[in-house]
Amino acid sequence: MTAIEEHALTLDPEEARRVRQERLERIGRWLLPLAIMILAIWLWDRICVWNDIPKYILPRPGVVLQTLFDDAGLLFSSLLVTLKITFLSLLLAVIGGVGLAVLFAQSKWVEMSFFPFAIVLQVTPIVAIFPLINIYVDNQTTKLLLCAWIVAFFPILSNTTLGLNSVDRNLRDMFKLNGATRWQQLRYLRLPAAMPYFLGGLKIAGGLSLIGAVVAEFVAGATGQSSGLASRIIEAGYRLNAPRLFAALILISFTGILIFLVLSLISHLILRRWHESALKQER
Amino acid sequence: MAQAPASASGNGPMLLALRGVGKVFSNGVTALSDVDLTIREGDFLSLLGPSGCGKSTALRLIAGLATPTSGLLDWRGSSAFDRTNIGFVFQEPTLLPWADVFDNVWLPLRLKGVSRAKAAPAVTEMLARVHLTGFENAVPRELSGGMKMRVSIARAMVTKPRILLMDEPFAALDEITRFKLNNDLLELWQDERFTVVFVTHSVFESVFLSNRVVVMAARPGRVFREFAVDAPYPRNEAFRTSPDYAALCRQASDVLIGAINSTAGPHHDGH
Repeated sequence: MTAIEEHALTLDPEEARRVRQERLERIGRWLLPLAIMILAIWLWDRICVWNDIPKYILPRPGVVLQTLFDDAGLLFSSLLVTLKITFLSLLLAVIGGVGLAVLFAQSKWVEMSFFPFAIVLQVTPIVAIFPLINIYVDNQTTKLLLCAWIVAFFPILSNTTLGLNSVDRNLRDMFKLNGATRWQQLRYLRLPAAMPYFLGGLKIAGGLSLIGAVVAEFVAGATGQSSGLASRIIEAGYRLNAPRLFAALILISFTGILIFLVLSLISHLILRRWHESALKQER
Repeated sequence: MAQAPASASGNGPMLLALRGVGKVFSNGVTALSDVDLTIREGDFLSLLGPSGCGKSTALRLIAGLATPTSGLLDWRGSSAFDRTNIGFVFQEPTLLPWADVFDNVWLPLRLKGVSRAKAAPAVTEMLARVHLTGFENAVPRELSGGMKMRVSIARAMVTKPRILLMDEPFAALDEITRFKLNNDLLELWQDERFTVVFVTHSVFESVFLSNRVVVMAARPGRVFREFAVDAPYPRNEAFRTSPDYAALCRQASDVLIGAINSTAGPHHDGH
């Protein structure tokens, strides 16, 4: 702070204005969204009160929060089930996506032959595929995993494939000159080069695997018994238990945000030393 | 300095000869036509010419990154040559951006299965030779253009290759940095006595560095004329400002102009 104040003595009005502006922006970046969020929640609360809306239609925020605490045992055990599906499917999406991408990278012919299948799998809505999965697969967890995996693996596959193929040509020549084997080229050149692309795909896949896990359970919920957050929502909907419905929704949202933040952090930590995307602006 | 020739060419034994080498690309462009060229051990040979004269293609052929359409490369009689005896420096530094300086220089040895610990003495020594001691843990992003090029040279030289191929390595650097790298490269060459084939489009650079300059002409790419740079090594800043150097540059420049004018067909710059 003293440094800035010392500077301020010699700053001309234009520069001083810029410094003030920057400081304001730094604070505003956090304060503004927070204030708007609080305002929105307050407005939600007021609308309920002003219009006398019954809590089975639109519960007040306080009631939702209370439900989150009261039903914590039920909701968090359900969250755990959903999280298990989410992370398992994300793990499988990483293994499957990277594995297929590496396979595709071995030869253009393999990629040309099989990439269309991946696209078909991606563009067909999972809700439409599910009845088929329901016929062929017995185990409930396997069903959910398969669904979430189909939704999540494509961004990883397509990004990693792109990354593996965007190696600098001179670097490739350099490896060739040094007699690198295929495996060495993959290990020391193509995989590290694909890392930023893979991490970009991972960030998308993280959110998608949560969505996949919830959607899959939704579709499965009608047929089988499961206890993830989606079935809590369906159940609460049937019982007109709006507070619990909201509480479950909030839990899903926060989980999604958390997954995104964690994956962003991982990505930043891995890339911070060398990749443009993770570097602070210099100069 | 037993092998590094004190003045002009012609002392060392033959290392490589290009005999009637031609290269035609699939799009019909004749990159090289009937090139005859002998490279002797200890040579610092520059390929000088306008763009499109095939000098980079010639380098890629020597490196084995491309195969000639006609003619042959004669590595002291045997047509095959161990690629690991070749060091290559690209126009760009071409470093692994995620790896630090040490790992980048280690790479050629690593690809041969040499462990980090075993490679350390060679890597450390090479980094000292290019004046980068203390930068082992910096990543390329943190280095200046000249320093990146030094890393690239260290990487090419860490395997102690017999021949170093350089494809306009200093073209993207500012003049002051280029001069410094020129000096340091010459110092390295005189100490280690390897063979250099140096592609450049700069008359001044080729005359300053080489004992032989091969001027090439374009369309089709071919050897136009070869001449010896008759000036003693070590060459340093004093040489750079000497009248001898100026005279040699003038000669070289005249040959280059001849090569450019000899190009048949319409003139257009670049590709």
